[in-house]
Amino acid sequence: MISIKNLHASIDGKEILKGLNLEVKAGEIHAIMGPNGAGKSTLASVLAGREEYEVTEGSVDFDGQDLLELSTEDRAREGLFLAFQYPVEIPGVSNVNFLRTALNEIREYRGQEQISAKDFMALVREKSAIVELDAKLASRSVNEGFSGGEKKRNEIFQMAMLAPKLAILDETDSGLDIDALRIVANGVNTLKSPNNATIVITHYQRLLDYIVPDFVHVLYNGKIVKSGPKELALELEEKGYDWIKAEVDAQ
Amino acid sequence: MGYTENELAKDLENQEYKFGFVTNIESDKAPKGLNEDIIRFISAKKNEPEWLLEHRLKAFEIWKTMTEPEWAHVHYNKPDFQDITYYSAPKQTKKYESWDDVDPEMKATMAKLGISMEEQQRLTGTNVAVDFVMDSVSVATSFKAKLGELGIIFCSFSDAVQDHPDLVKKYMGTVVPTSDNFYAALNSAVFTDGSFCYIPKGVRCPMELSTYFRINEGGTGQFERTLVIADEGAYVSYLEGCTAPQRDENQLHAAVVELIALDNAEIKYSTVQNWYPGDKDGKGGVFNFVTKRGICERNAKISWTQVETGSAVTWKYPSCILKGDNSIGEFYSVAVTNNYQQADTGTKMVHLGKNTKSTIISKGISAGKSQNSYRGLVQIHKNAHNARNFSQCDSLLMTDECGAHTFPYIECKNSSAKIEHEATTSKIGEDQIFYCLQRGISEEKAISLIVNGYCKEVLNQLPMEFAVEAQKLLAISLEGSVG
Amino acid sequence: MNDTIQQNKLALFTEHLTLSNLAFSSDLKEEALTVLATNDFPTTRQEDWKYTRVGRIASIKAIQNQQNSSISLPEMIDDSMLLFVFENGRFRADLSLSTLPAGIKIKALSSCNSDELSLVGSLVKQENQVFTALNTAFATDGILIHIERNQKISSSIHVLNILSGENTASFTRNLIVCEDFGQAHIVQEYRSQEANSSVTNVITEIFVGANANLTVDKIQHEEQGNFAVLTEQVDQKKDSTFTINTITLDGTLVRNNLNIEVNGSNCESNLNGAYLLKDNQHIDNHTIVDHKVAHCLSNELYKGVIYDKATAVFNGKVFVRKDAQKINAFQSNGNVLMSDDASVNSKPELEIYADDVKCSHGSTTGQLDDEAIFYLRARGLSEKAARNLMVSAFIGDVLEKIENPSVLKMVQSIIQKKHGWEF
Repeated sequence: MISIKNLHASIDGKEILKGLNLEVKAGEIHAIMGPNGAGKSTLASVLAGREEYEVTEGSVDFDGQDLLELSTEDRAREGLFLAFQYPVEIPGVSNVNFLRTALNEIREYRGQEQISAKDFMALVREKSAIVELDAKLASRSVNEGFSGGEKKRNEIFQMAMLAPKLAILDETDSGLDIDALRIVANGVNTLKSPNNATIVITHYQRLLDYIVPDFVHVLYNGKIVKSGPKELALELEEKGYDWIKAEVDAQ
Repeated sequence: MGYTENELAKDLENQEYKFGFVTNIESDKAPKGLNEDIIRFISAKKNEPEWLLEHRLKAFEIWKTMTEPEWAHVHYNKPDFQDITYYSAPKQTKKYESWDDVDPEMKATMAKLGISMEEQQRLTGTNVAVDFVMDSVSVATSFKAKLGELGIIFCSFSDAVQDHPDLVKKYMGTVVPTSDNFYAALNSAVFTDGSFCYIPKGVRCPMELSTYFRINEGGTGQFERTLVIADEGAYVSYLEGCTAPQRDENQLHAAVVELIALDNAEIKYSTVQNWYPGDKDGKGGVFNFVTKRGICERNAKISWTQVETGSAVTWKYPSCILKGDNSIGEFYSVAVTNNYQQADTGTKMVHLGKNTKSTIISKGISAGKSQNSYRGLVQIHKNAHNARNFSQCDSLLMTDECGAHTFPYIECKNSSAKIEHEATTSKIGEDQIFYCLQRGISEEKAISLIVNGYCKEVLNQLPMEFAVEAQKLLAISLEGSVG
Repeated sequence: MNDTIQQNKLALFTEHLTLSNLAFSSDLKEEALTVLATNDFPTTRQEDWKYTRVGRIASIKAIQNQQNSSISLPEMIDDSMLLFVFENGRFRADLSLSTLPAGIKIKALSSCNSDELSLVGSLVKQENQVFTALNTAFATDGILIHIERNQKISSSIHVLNILSGENTASFTRNLIVCEDFGQAHIVQEYRSQEANSSVTNVITEIFVGANANLTVDKIQHEEQGNFAVLTEQVDQKKDSTFTINTITLDGTLVRNNLNIEVNGSNCESNLNGAYLLKDNQHIDNHTIVDHKVAHCLSNELYKGVIYDKATAVFNGKVFVRKDAQKINAFQSNGNVLMSDDASVNSKPELEIYADDVKCSHGSTTGQLDDEAIFYLRARGLSEKAARNLMVSAFIGDVLEKIENPSVLKMVQSIIQKKHGWEF
């Protein structure tokens, strides 16, 4: 699905990613954990194509394509979805209209027909149920006046609507209470299939009680310094990151 | 809502000014220049009563003593008033009795403008009554008979002068006096036609009344006059659309619109202005110098809504004089400027009566090398107890070569008044664009979505048909505008 | 409408004035005379003077140089301040600090040579500016404050300007130069003693060097019957901070022109103003912040309380020039009208030519919240006390920007004396 090799990226001349390697196959869920400032959100931003970040070295292969050569919107159209850490408000633009525009542009890119209004609304109803999102929110302006939990659920709703190949959840659990966390996780699990993959970026282990990862990676100082099974997350929760930092710094 | 913002996308490929065609109809023109004889010629052509001719000549005398206003934040070469044709009428042998009599070429023009009356009659039934004004002369008015049953008068200004002289005489110039400003004086001297509307006491006009203005002949000025009177307790929603062909020289449009809302009446006046804005290098385009003002008597309400995308230079302040107690004035505006366009637009809310309220929502969007200014006056007079005003003026900048300016004037002489003014100026949100891109939406479409969302408070005020048209216009006007 | 009345007023006004013999450029003085010969006093037709009529200033039978040797020094703000006193635009060495602390360069312009005054006139423009030209042509004296590079002047500098006598026309020219990394606090106080029908016209040119930090408290309380036209023209270099608090508490007609040109990046400019008006007073605050380069911040907060038949004018303009990206400019004006005859004209303006900016302005005009007053009265306050408490809280936002406690105390005591507020 995605193969990241020796990725180096910097912002304002400061190197954040320093040779990151990651391989994610279809059907897998990978969790990326790490202390603050390790480069977790940078990785999400670089993969989605934020222009402020400059890739200085390395390659990213996304389902046979050179991801770094694609524009942000073409990455999305190829099936890469980023659930934003801070979803953006777009006043006056309804969620429904926003998604219909997105869906139709993606379909057009893939040479598919525009979706009819009827089918679209049926899809909205079906997918909003997955994240228990009130149908009213669908007609409100994108993220405007949404609570923190609603914004995160809206991200997962959009993910359900656009059915990406690879979803990257950037700190989707931060700020969520336990009920919202359960709903979001449930949404992600429902959408899981042998044909798609998910990268969960998180700071806390508790999300992984609900979304069970196949692999856990520790990102520290711009690199993945440790990988392991889901139990690694528990160990991290218990012992913190200091032991890993010490390990790495000792080398 | 019955439409979605993205419908407008279909028209996106049509970047060029869409309405830049010239209709080839033989026209009846006055010689160029301005003098007493020309004014007499116009008056005679229109078979006007003596009082109106005198009114014109007096206005001309006043105009000669006035100078062009300089205070607006616009720069342009002043028109040569002797190089303008003040009367140009499509040649017609007889008055149209029905739609069938209208010159086919003219019908084609209207169809190109998207206002084919046949179409409208067929599709919308009793939805909109249209008066079509080309080069200052009203050429066709629809639904006259149907409106007549309710006592509503909706006709060309010239017809009103002939058929309802008492009403015209009673109200014309009462809101915008001849001496009000340079262009109002000029208009009062040389106006050729326009629309007239009277809604009798207690009548709620059952359909939108609409006027389409079009400048067609080269070198002509358009000086129309609109007078809308809503008698006590009456209601009317009035729409105005404007287009002009592409020409290299600047064309002058100097209209006067007067609204009179008597006790308990309400007038909603909506404009989608799309005069030719000039080409990419700022050549040509319409000078749009318009005086629009309404007066509210007791408990009356006037609401101005405008979407301004056209004209090379716009100078326009639709205003409300809140004379009666409890009267309400509203101003909702979207002004888009691109390339070399310049707009200085806003409103005046003059609070005279007690418990008067006004709301101003202005959304400016500047792109290209354009200059876009909001200029608004809120004036609370001494006896306007408990007056309230809220103003919100936002500016959105699309490039680093354009300008967005806000010049509010707040004058308060009553301590019980409450006035709030807020303004912001910012760049179109990069994080919003990125969010759209990440969902697979192209940059052009993302901007169109965001801009339409930004203007929604104003667009929501427009009647449905106009709202759709306005959204399309916004998208077209901002094509390729992000720097 | 006063056009014809004011014809030749300027010529009459200047008839008995004596040309400045300060040592700055004679070209400037000549230019000033040309401006005066070709202009008249401004009228309300000029956008800059739309709400302020200067007819009463124009009709003063202006004379200069009146001195009143019996003048006594008022109670001082704070004994630790470095005090410099001017009366009617003349330096009063007898009332001023006798010995300067070592290393500090502050002196009267009359004792400066032309080299020391080479910067005079380099910031203000005279073209069509009658009051600037009057000052340039007739300035009698003023203060030069020169803060050296890296110098921090720890004592506050107090420049007291006293207006006295009848029909006095006082022209004071100040020059403040704060070199790179310099730091100082200056109090410019304007008051009157036994003055009537007199006008003071002051221009202060202020240079704020790179990374310098300069604060000016401008406290105006000339008695009613007198007029003031005061201009500060400021030039900010990169990384500098300039703060000015303009507190206007008295005077029949006061016009403040505060113009800040931000010529370096990463600057901060703070403009705070409070004004309290009663009777027939007219106070006009005109400010311009001109952002010419990127990455700067400006904050403007002006608040006023207007009693009786008084009129307040606020005209604040923010320019953001082309290429001056990443500017944050905030401007706010609030007014409370305390009487049915009070009026306010507020014109907060934004003129923006760059796209990546965040600018906003707000203006509110209203009265005190009746509910809140009722609440206070229900707690036992008299209506007057309740109103005073409310307005002092309203103005308090601005007053709390005055960091020097002695200056704040002085301002509060003036307000207490003139308006009966308690703090």
